[in-house]
Amino acid sequence: MSTGTRRLELEEVGDVTVAKFTDKKILDEGNIQIIGNQLFALIEEDGRQKIVLDFSNVEYLSSAALGKLITMDKKVKAAKGKLRLCAIRPDIYEVFAITKLNKLFDMKDTLEAALAGL
Amino acid sequence: MAHIAQFDVWIPNDTAEAREVQERIVSLMEQNAWPMRDCFGVRLALEEALVNAIKHGNRMEPDKKVHVACELSIDEITVVIEDQGEGFKLTEVPDPTEDDNLEKPGGRGIMLIRSFMNGFGYNDKGNRLTMSKKLGVANEE
Repeated sequence: MSTGTRRLELEEVGDVTVAKFTDKKILDEGNIQIIGNQLFALIEEDGRQKIVLDFSNVEYLSSAALGKLITMDKKVKAAKGKLRLCAIRPDIYEVFAITKLNKLFDMKDTLEAALAGL
Repeated sequence: MAHIAQFDVWIPNDTAEAREVQERIVSLMEQNAWPMRDCFGVRLALEEALVNAIKHGNRMEPDKKVHVACELSIDEITVVIEDQGEGFKLTEVPDPTEDDNLEKPGGRGIMLIRSFMNGFGYNDKGNRLTMSKKLGVANEE
């Protein structure tokens, strides 16, 4: 696990790990690096296979954050795990839609919907 | 159209400094009652453009600077961002939405700027971006 402030709140729901972003803005490269390290550790160190990323706190994110999420998606797939994104507000969803990443990621409106059938 | 606000500034090649300018510009928009959606788009475009200038243009070199000029009128905002790098050709930037590129982590910044702003263009050298946004006008792209 990386050093630095925790950027994710983790909760176990059955066999699913819910990782909730604590930042409103995911912009700064240093923060994105910390978030990335914490996300990757879930797969690579803790061996979690079912992960839901909860965006309910997130008001802004940049393309640098998108890059980290893409790498996370690859790592989950390589570990034969499952990744879902949820509770993304419309402005942020538009960022995913413009870049067509809504085709790459499994995205649900709510946490409940993301947990269902994962 | 008369300007409500106008400023230009040279900033060090540092993303924290860039974010302060970003905040200054978005605050000007908020003070003048621009819609939240416009503020969101301009903030994102500024973030992407300034990071591009610092990281790709000036290649993170600490002795280089970035020039930011901003003009705000009642219904339009224009921002010009110039770095001291060698520039690039827009046509050589791969399309991140192509199937082969979709899973690559980089290359989305310019696409987001183009989508959220109404006006977008680089100088011939490729080190100066001029971008503009009209109040309440979504991009057709």
